[in-house]
Amino acid sequence: MNIIAKWYYRLGAPNWFYPLTGKMLPWIAVIFLALLIPGLYMGLFTAPADYQQGDSFRIMYVHVPAAWMSMFIYFAMAVAAVVALVWRVRMAEIMIISSAPIGASFALIALITGSLWGKPMWGAWWVWDARLTSELILLFIYLGIFALYNAIENKQTAGRAMSILTLVGVVNLPIIHYSVVWWNTLHQAATVSKFDTPSIHIDMLIPLLLMAAAFQFLYLWILLLKMRANLLEQDLHCGWVKKIIWDRRKAHNGGN
Amino acid sequence: MSSLWSLIRRDLLLAYRRRGEVGNALIFFGLVVLLFPIGIGASETLLAQIAPGLIWIAALLATLMSLDSLFKEDYQDGTLEQWTLSPHSLVAFVWARLISHWLITALPLVAVAPVLALTLNLPADAIGVLLLSLLLGTPVLMFVGAIGVALTTGLQKSSLLLPLLVLPFYIPVLIFGASAVEVSASGWSAAGQLYILAGLFVLGLTLAPFAVASALKVSVSQ
Repeated sequence: MNIIAKWYYRLGAPNWFYPLTGKMLPWIAVIFLALLIPGLYMGLFTAPADYQQGDSFRIMYVHVPAAWMSMFIYFAMAVAAVVALVWRVRMAEIMIISSAPIGASFALIALITGSLWGKPMWGAWWVWDARLTSELILLFIYLGIFALYNAIENKQTAGRAMSILTLVGVVNLPIIHYSVVWWNTLHQAATVSKFDTPSIHIDMLIPLLLMAAAFQFLYLWILLLKMRANLLEQDLHCGWVKKIIWDRRKAHNGGN
Repeated sequence: MSSLWSLIRRDLLLAYRRRGEVGNALIFFGLVVLLFPIGIGASETLLAQIAPGLIWIAALLATLMSLDSLFKEDYQDGTLEQWTLSPHSLVAFVWARLISHWLITALPLVAVAPVLALTLNLPADAIGVLLLSLLLGTPVLMFVGAIGVALTTGLQKSSLLLPLLVLPFYIPVLIFGASAVEVSASGWSAAGQLYILAGLFVLGLTLAPFAVASALKVSVSQ
């Protein structure tokens, strides 16, 4: 058996997945902090102020990575949905349902920071800008997936229904995005000015990339934590969970 | 093909025997349109300005409301389960059901829309485009909405879930449908918007039934 297939099966088995990710978690947290601290420091202090927007552009270092993550997570969920539907991998379903609230949170962060950024730039808390509008729609799609999963009692059915909805969403998202962009160019009146892909200075770019990488590890960290929690909850009566509890109790009593 | 036809005929016959229910979506459509002048004010220029979007939103909501019963009866009496067990294609079943449902609920809606448009002072020149855009757009709304219906069919409390799942996917149709009418009301050609609607129509007609069928299989299995 080649090494990829071996890992694939191990990650698909809860009794392997749980202890393995338990060992990975602290490392992921360390990498996240190692990327976040220099990223934030450079972004907030050493990066030069923008000649048009002054210091208020610095919210970009949270806003842009959060917006990227909200899209990346949906893409990751769609890949997991294919895996879940084609190979019936339960772990992929757990990954989707654990990702949906994280993706929704990133979308919400992007919307809130975008609106905070918009106040000094556009003079309004909310502008029906194409990107903000599609981000809002993305948030609603996330919430729909989450609501569907919670509405179905049988978690096996819920997982498959959610996977189908995720795939329907990934087919529709580009259509929605481009129609919103088109709609926005038609109703130009509201937008004051759009910053058309400004060429970004290298001193501004490096902290942005650091923050983007940090957010990736933040996602991985929260995802693994949530997947572990969901696994324990679903498999409460399975042998491997009982064994973990048994081992913990034994270690605890031994310590005393 | 013959089974498709007989399915459509059966649905139409059933609908004809229960004529009372058919009108409900139509009444809802009229009521939503009625609410806007009352809420916003009956200024003729204002109404003419918002008429395209308003009629489209009302049609969209009426279509959504009518979808709720799409598979409910067949799910409850076990027809759906028998159909998934039978060698017949579930996709064909979905197709037939959607076509007959469109004929029963959306077609009257499209027919009434011009009358409502005139009460909202939409220029008479735009009526043709309104009809065409609704003819192309309402099937897309049905086909995409059916995916949401299929996912929620087996649930006890699903009344608010369906709009939550489906409305985000209705946005492109609404954008191009309303814009087609708006553009033609101001005297320009709406060809571009109608072409895109036609594209969405083809996409929905060909892809959505497969998603609906697989969602139905999931709903039946629970």
